[in-house]
Amino acid sequence: MSSPARDVHATSEAPNSFVRRYIFSSDHKVVGLQYFFLALTAVTIGILLSLLMRFHLVWPAAHLPFVAGGIMEPEQYLALVTMHGTLMVFFVLTVAPQSAFGNYFLPIQIGAPDMAFPKLNMLSFWLTFTAFLCMIAAFCVRGGAPISGWTAYPPLTGLGEITGPGEGPGQTLWIVSILIFCFASLLGSVNFIATVIDMRAPGMTMMRMPLTVWAWLVTAILTLLAFSVLLAGGILLLLDRSAGTSFFLPAGLVVNGELQSRSGGSPLLWQHLFWFFGHPEVYIAILPGMGAISHILANFSRKPVFGYRVMAATLCAIGFLGFLIWGHHMFVSGMNPYSGLAFSLLTLSIGVPSAVKTFNWLGTLWGGKIQFHSPMLFAIGFVSFFVTGGLSGIFLAQPALDATLHATYYVVGHFHLVMGVASIFGIFAATYYWFPKMFGRMMNETLAKLHFWLTFAGAYCIFMPMHFVGIAGGIRRYADWTGANYLAALQPLHRFMTVAAFITAAAQIIFFCNLFRSLAKGARAPANPWNATTLEWITTSPPPFDNFGGRYPRVYRGPYEYSVPGASQDFLPQNLSAEEIARDKDSQDAG
Amino acid sequence: MRLSRLSFTDAFERIKFHRRLADDRGSAVPSVLLAVLLAALVAVTVYIFAARIYGPPAAITSLGLRIDRQYDLTLYVTGVAFILAQLGLGYAILRFRDRGQRAHFTRGSTIAEVLWTSVTIVAFVGLGIAGSKAWAEMRFTPASRDSVQVEVTTTQFVYTFRYPGADGKFGRLDASLVNAPAGNPLGLDPNDALGRDDVVVPILTVPVNRPVELLLRSQDVIHNFFVRELRLQQDAVPGMVIPIHFTADRIGRYEIVCTQLCGLGHYKMHSFMDVVSESDYEQFLKRQAALQ
Repeated sequence: MSSPARDVHATSEAPNSFVRRYIFSSDHKVVGLQYFFLALTAVTIGILLSLLMRFHLVWPAAHLPFVAGGIMEPEQYLALVTMHGTLMVFFVLTVAPQSAFGNYFLPIQIGAPDMAFPKLNMLSFWLTFTAFLCMIAAFCVRGGAPISGWTAYPPLTGLGEITGPGEGPGQTLWIVSILIFCFASLLGSVNFIATVIDMRAPGMTMMRMPLTVWAWLVTAILTLLAFSVLLAGGILLLLDRSAGTSFFLPAGLVVNGELQSRSGGSPLLWQHLFWFFGHPEVYIAILPGMGAISHILANFSRKPVFGYRVMAATLCAIGFLGFLIWGHHMFVSGMNPYSGLAFSLLTLSIGVPSAVKTFNWLGTLWGGKIQFHSPMLFAIGFVSFFVTGGLSGIFLAQPALDATLHATYYVVGHFHLVMGVASIFGIFAATYYWFPKMFGRMMNETLAKLHFWLTFAGAYCIFMPMHFVGIAGGIRRYADWTGANYLAALQPLHRFMTVAAFITAAAQIIFFCNLFRSLAKGARAPANPWNATTLEWITTSPPPFDNFGGRYPRVYRGPYEYSVPGASQDFLPQNLSAEEIARDKDSQDAG
Repeated sequence: MRLSRLSFTDAFERIKFHRRLADDRGSAVPSVLLAVLLAALVAVTVYIFAARIYGPPAAITSLGLRIDRQYDLTLYVTGVAFILAQLGLGYAILRFRDRGQRAHFTRGSTIAEVLWTSVTIVAFVGLGIAGSKAWAEMRFTPASRDSVQVEVTTTQFVYTFRYPGADGKFGRLDASLVNAPAGNPLGLDPNDALGRDDVVVPILTVPVNRPVELLLRSQDVIHNFFVRELRLQQDAVPGMVIPIHFTADRIGRYEIVCTQLCGLGHYKMHSFMDVVSESDYEQFLKRQAALQ
């Protein structure tokens, strides 16, 4: 094999200079960690923004020390809405599960020395980082950050400052950042796909790949197809703003009393392009989590994944169907109602592979020997949140019901549970599970469990009541409740959610303390602390520069060989040959 | 244990570590606590939905009642799935916690996969088909010919309603004539005779028990028209005229809110819909005709 990765790792020595080793590194492990810390930075900012929002929703007249002018204006609230959503969706839920953990573990799990294109990988990260800086800069320009939400519907976003504060340079920076992010994601996805196809170790057939690898592969394909559409749409929107084109702007717009000289465009076109990206994006956020928790549930149940082939097939089915259901975001947009019906039935169909996955997770637990280490607790939490949030989606998938629930807090509760909290629990599970491998040290288990209990209960206390607010007609993206008379009655629920949000956010301090303390002082991790089977556990913690110290593994078996009858221990690593098992048995019999 | 083929750097650490793992085992606390939390989640959620503590106000259309029935049906199906899944999860983690037993080795079950795939297809797609009737009644059928027509124009951050007047026809609009401060917020063309009797008001008034057709349009950005009691929500999109229809069967004042993020005043964008008796409606039209 003469791939670029082999050339980079021709010697199994890491580069000596600090810059090439830790900053502009082409080592997939370093790139993965860079993405990981970028996501941690983004999630911290995202949580702080959401706390400001929650605070403002309950005490709108309070003086806030770090808000310009003391009292938050409605446009500042909307800027928080926009930036919270954007940071979380792009820089946390896209970056952490796929770019961070995928980068770190995909090559190791398939027995490769690196990604197929290590330098492209480095470029992907630094472009994503540039996109992040560009996004944060939107806070600092005239008019502040955009007020249009993460969906950026034109004409609100297509005309510049005339439609509102934040719609000037802030919105431009937002679009430019998204364009850079799209480009970086496309490069990353090509790299992932090539790596899975081309770099698998001898014996690592597709049907022996861990489900994490399946999930990263399907996600990479979704990324390739979805982000390319957002990239195109974003360029068109930028042209509408800056070059006077009218892709999304119809004739006869009168904004703030001024007639606009545009004609021929369609606001719905943007929604189609955006949601053609936006809906698969939901799966980009959740599929890697599904892969990770399948992996973890098997590990700590000491059982093979129940229905491995079905699990791989449903990942593909969800990925495929995910491209056919974007219209369920547009039931009340003015889209043809007949297509609404088609999108509705397709949306309900994607509930089927999702439910089948849930059944298989329960099947994996059933009859197991369940060990409640922190990664396992978070994986079980993922299943619970995914069930709850998924089932509330059955209402929204029906256009007749969506005509009442659309744009209410019901939707906010639904997607936070199913793609937000569930994905975050996938990220936490992955962090607690792989931290020993990534940093060579164990995390503190007591703190990890405390973090779990508070976050599990807290997240339900924040997002379940949102459903109730929504059913009663509480509208999302309202800066306060004074605009419509009936909203005052929902304030007690909002107060409860705000208190829950502050407690849950405080619980995350436990996570960060544990993380940074363990980085420095955690107990030394063995190579295989969880008695797991996949290839990342046959190398040292952390792995050497070329992952396997020059001895590349050969794969003899499937990824989840736990509690195999007749074996002398309850896990069989993938690189263990039949002869070695026989020899081991002989020596035990002799002994 | 030769099997793992690992070159551990520190055998002592390894032994210590596995001893600690062994200590973790056997403790029932995490499994019991998690199962209790899941049971509490189910109990509280079922109670709040069953007691109908939160919900929209009563529907004022027959379509709204049909939608409410579909909502109830969906609630029952998803409720059963929710209870079974969460309690099943709780039961599994209680029953199968590590007590030193050997895990039951299985790679899956084709029968089980076929069974639960079929059940979910029937349940989910069946719900969608059941609900499609309400959607069809709402959107596939056009408004009846004798509907009261009202045009709804949205702009940052107000609703404006226009009635066609005695001639039953709307006058021509011209975007270049829009001038709200001068009293022409819609850009009515003064040279068009059809528009002279048009009635333009900030609050919607409709007669009870008569079909009403609203024609939604927007001047600037995308807005929305939502009345909870109608169970009806529709975006108003610039460049499009989108019709919706309903027949309200209860007199009263209902709140109209905007649900599509339209700018900094989004949260304040609202108006009212007065559903009035037939005679009050005639009165309203006469009074407005005199004012125009």
